[in-house]
Formats: sequence, structure tokens, C-alpha cells
Amino acid sequence: MTARKRAHARRSADRAGGRAAHRQELLRDMVRIRRFEELCVELYSAGEIRGFVHLCIGEEAVSVGVLRALTQDDAVVTTYREHGHALARGIPAETVLAEMLGRITGCSRGRGGSMHLFDTGRRFYGGHGIVAGGLPVAAGLALADNLRDDGHLACCLFGDGAFAEGEFHETANLAALWELPLLLVCENNLYAMGTPLAREHAQIDLAARAASYGMVAWAVDGMDVLAVERATRRAAEIVREGHGPCFLELRTYRFRAHSMYDPDLYRDKAEVERWRHRDPITTLARRMHARPCARRWPPTTGSSSWARTSDATAAPSG
Amino acid sequence: MGEDVGRYGGAFGVSLGLLDEFGPDRVRDTPLSESAFVGAGIGAAIAGMRPIVEIMTVNFSLLALDQILNNAATLLHMSGGQVAVPLVIRMTTGAGRQLAAQHSHSLEGWYAHIPGIRVLAPATVADARHMLAPALADPDPVVIFEHGSLYNASGSPEPDGAPADLDSAAVRRSGTAVSLITYGGSLGKVLEAAERLAADGIDAEVVDLRTLRPLDDDTVIGSVRRTHRAVVADEGWRTGGISAEIAARIAEQAFYDLDAPVERVCAAEVPVPYAHQLEEAALPQVAGILAAVRRAVG
Ligand SMILES: Cc1ncc(C[n+]2csc(CCOP(=O)(O)OP(=O)(O)O)c2C)c(N)n1
Ligand SMILES: [Mg+2]
Repeated sequence: MTARKRAHARRSADRAGGRAAHRQELLRDMVRIRRFEELCVELYSAGEIRGFVHLCIGEEAVSVGVLRALTQDDAVVTTYREHGHALARGIPAETVLAEMLGRITGCSRGRGGSMHLFDTGRRFYGGHGIVAGGLPVAAGLALADNLRDDGHLACCLFGDGAFAEGEFHETANLAALWELPLLLVCENNLYAMGTPLAREHAQIDLAARAASYGMVAWAVDGMDVLAVERATRRAAEIVREGHGPCFLELRTYRFRAHSMYDPDLYRDKAEVERWRHRDPITTLARRMHARPCARRWPPTTGSSSWARTSDATAAPSG
Repeated sequence: MGEDVGRYGGAFGVSLGLLDEFGPDRVRDTPLSESAFVGAGIGAAIAGMRPIVEIMTVNFSLLALDQILNNAATLLHMSGGQVAVPLVIRMTTGAGRQLAAQHSHSLEGWYAHIPGIRVLAPATVADARHMLAPALADPDPVVIFEHGSLYNASGSPEPDGAPADLDSAAVRRSGTAVSLITYGGSLGKVLEAAERLAADGIDAEVVDLRTLRPLDDDTVIGSVRRTHRAVVADEGWRTGGISAEIAARIAEQAFYDLDAPVERVCAAEVPVPYAHQLEEAALPQVAGILAAVRRAVG
């Protein structure tokens, strides 16, 4: 082998190694979110966590793929279904859990609870309980970035239900009109509480409708964390070019009920099962030709090394 | 920013000339999207800007109520003190210009119900001029209600006058016989009533609330303790209005000082009618204030 060929082989081995390590991280982050939420279910059943709790189990690829593609200086505004977004942003699991337990050590000092996680140090601006209510605020954060010309963007995550609200359409128009650095990420899990997409929207191609405001918009497989990460990086690049917002429709599915209050009577169990075959965690694990780190699948809390080493299970202080 | 604040100069001319002076980055015309541009003001404030948002009139603020109540007033608390919203929202309020039922509300009393915002109602040229700077300096959201009938008032406030005190009510006329408590667009009518009463030998004190939230209990209660009688004049509807709140506070804090029941002069409980005589009849007028005072001093 010539020296050149050897160097080339080394570089591609490095790349492959780097890629494997990166995928390992994505997998770890998704498993960590799932374990965290499984713990939430236990604590909810035990009466330790109260109020409205919305799980993102099944949608972890969105949390990890989107948040990983942003920089620490970008602002994030999200919904009440935001445990995964908060953890993927790097908010310590202890403080998220402490928040849900109503403690002063929580990331919102116990004032917010599950739906209102905040960490301004990480530019994580909530945690909004009004469907689409965070969108105008995100546009304002983007306006400030725009006026300062600081190269940062604001990313707003919201559901398919939010797309039916006037606040979404007002914000999309305003952001496009003012060319704001706003990344709109629609987490389309096919349901707004019990109402399926087609009973809520006359036109269910959400990306096409977003594009009508004059922004770049496309739909992505939201169960594929690599696709989500790639798309978000691309969308963020477009936004940073300074010609206005960009819209991503991430097609995903929640495996659990809308909230802990929801008996989940409105959808077919077979439909849920079909989607479970596209579990973002097993999908990535299969692609890595490795089994996920838990011995059993689906994993149960507390039984694996992941649960033990994850800071999610560390006893919350305060 | 707001609808037609730039090229048009503001629906009531309040921002006339500002676009030329400060440019389009700082003076922004917005689309008709009250929720989006009020929310954008909130977001920009969170990011450290000091935005002033104009909502053309109070009726349209209902389309932004979600942002004002669920976000501006709430974020600081529910984030555990992390998210301050130093935003100023200005809007026109009030009736008296034959604008009929959808353009004549006085909802400042509603807004005063909401913890987390400060509610101002300037009644004088000096307050209109000098409340703005301290409102901008306030770390929390401030909502300013400007009565439409006061835009043509003239006066010469000191150009560099001291910033107004946003915590206190003002005694606009001292008196001993009765406390007339009011604010905003009704102050003129109340002062006129006080002059007529003086001619009849009734020496009325006039309290201008200025700030509807937080209410300055000390000034109001102090006045009632001196005069032992209170009449509240308010262009809002009577039921559940700010006049009800003031009457309740007087009952709570100065009940044994009262020589007569608290009187209220409010708008009739109907949508504000268009026809001139009907509108006049629906709103507090000098004659109604005089009648209430006569009942109180009996
Ligand atoms: C303005 C508003 N209307 C109704 C609700 C009650 N609600 C809470 S979540 C929800 C469904 C929202 O669906 P979607 O936007 O798709 O988000 P998902 O819950 O699927 O993540 C509804 C109707 C609300 N919180 N806010
Ligand atoms: Mg949904």
C-alpha cells in the first residue's frame, strides 16, 4: 500500500469511527429521555408527580435530532411536551425531575411543573401550555437576534394541532415578512389530543402550506434521528443565511396517551403497534448493527446499567 | 411597533414623525396580527430589548389577550424568576366619540385584574408625557390605557420633567366634604363636577388613580378617612369593574370612617350605543356625578 493510500484508509477509518461515536451519542441521548419518562410514569403513579404530564415516548428522535443541530446560542421555545427537548438541550435531569416534583431546586423553582420547564442560561424559554402560544414569542427572540445581527436563531417546536391556530399563521407571515431568523419545527405526531390530523386540517400537507408563506419548508421522517439531525442542520443553515424562516415538518408518533389523564380510546391499538415497529431507538440501534444498551427490549426502568448510570434516577435534592 | 405606527403615524397620530426620526428598524409597521406582534414584543423584551407595542384600540387587544395574560404577565413567575418581560403596551381606550359598540370599551379594569402587569391610565398631558420613560424602565410589562377623548388635550409638560411616579395616585383637588375617585377620561368630568359643587358650598376632594394596578390604597383610603364619603366615577361597566374593587377596598379598610354608603357612577350595562344622546346617556356625566354626591352628603 502506498503512503497515500494508507493515509486515505486512516482518514476514512477515523471518519467511520467518528460517525459511530456520534451515533452512539444520539442513541444514548434518546434512551436517556425514554428512561427519564418511564421514571416519570412511575412517579406519577406513585402520586409524587401531579398535574398535566405529556410524554414524548416515541418522539425522542425529534428531541435529540433537532436540539443537537442547534448551537448553545440559539434560543429554544417549545410546548408542554418538552421533557425530551429540555434534556436534549442539556438541562440536568435532576433539575427537570425536581421541577416536576414541585421543588425549589427545579429548573423553574417549582413554579412551572412538567409543562413549564425553563433554563434561560441555556436559552431554553419554556415550556408553553397554550397551543401555539410560544410561536409569537419565538418570533420576538428572532427579531432581537436580527436587530443585533448576531448570527443566532430562534427555534420554535410545536405540534400539528398548533398549525390550525391563528397564532401559527400570524407568526409564519410576520417572520417571513420581516425575514426573521426563525426555525419552525412542527412535531407532527398525527394527533391533537384525540383528533387525528385529517379531521383537523383540510390540507394535511403541512409543509406545503408553510411554504405558501414564502419560506423553505419540507417534511422529514421524524422517527429517523439521523434524518432529523441532518434536516435541522440544513434548515438552520438556510435560516442563518438571513433570508427569513424555515419550516420542518417532522413526521412522528407518540406511543403513549396524550397526557396522563387520557384513556387513549380514540385510536386503534394496531395502529400504535405498527408505529412501535418504527421506534426511533431500535431503528438507530439496528442501523448501528448493535443492540441497544439494555439487555431486554423494551427496557424497564431500573433494570439496566443505563438507568443506574443515568442522572435521571439520581435522587433529586431540595 | 404596531399597526400603522410608521408611515401613517399612528391611528391617532401618536407616533407621527417617529419613522423619519428613528428609522424602520426601530419604528415598525406590523401586519394586522395582534397576537403575533404583541408576542414578538414579548420575545424581544425577553431578549433584552425595550419594545413599545401599540395596539390601535382596546377592543383589538382581545386578539392579543393570550399573549398579554398567558405570556407577558405569567412568564416571570412560572419560570421561577428567570424570564423578565420589560415590555410596554400602549392602547386607546374609552367611549364618547360615537364609535358604537365595538370601539368604545373601557377594559382597563379587566386588565387591572391580572397580577404580573402594571396598568396605567394617564389623565393629564404631563402624565401622558412622563409616564412613558418609567414604564420603559420597569422590568415588568406595563400596559398604558390612553383615553381617546384626551388626545386633543393640550398642555406644555416640561420637556425634561422628572419621570412620573408610577406607584401613587394624585389628589388633583383638595377638599373636605367628599372624595371623588376617578381616572383617565373621567377626570375632566369629575373636576367640573367638583367646581359646581364648590359653588354650592360642597368642598370635594378629587383623587386621580393614575395607576390601576397596583392600586395606591394609601392615597384613596387616606382621602376617605378625611372626608368620610366616597363617590367612584368610572367609564367601565359597573358589574365587576374597577369601581367595584375600589368600593370593596374602602369597605375593607375604612368602613368605620364612612358616614354614607360608597356611591358609584359607571357606564350603563349595555353595549355602547351609536346615537349621540344614547351614548351620552350610557356614560358617566357631570349631572350623574353631582346626583351621586348629593346622595352621599345627603
Ligand atoms: C389554545 C389551546 N387550546 C386547547 C388546548 C388544550 N390542548 C392541550 S394539548 C392539545 C392538543 C395539541 O396537539 P398538538 O399541537 O398536535 O401537540 P401534541 O399534543 O400532539 O404534541 C389541546 C387541544 C390548549 N392547551 N391550548
Ligand atoms: Mg400532535
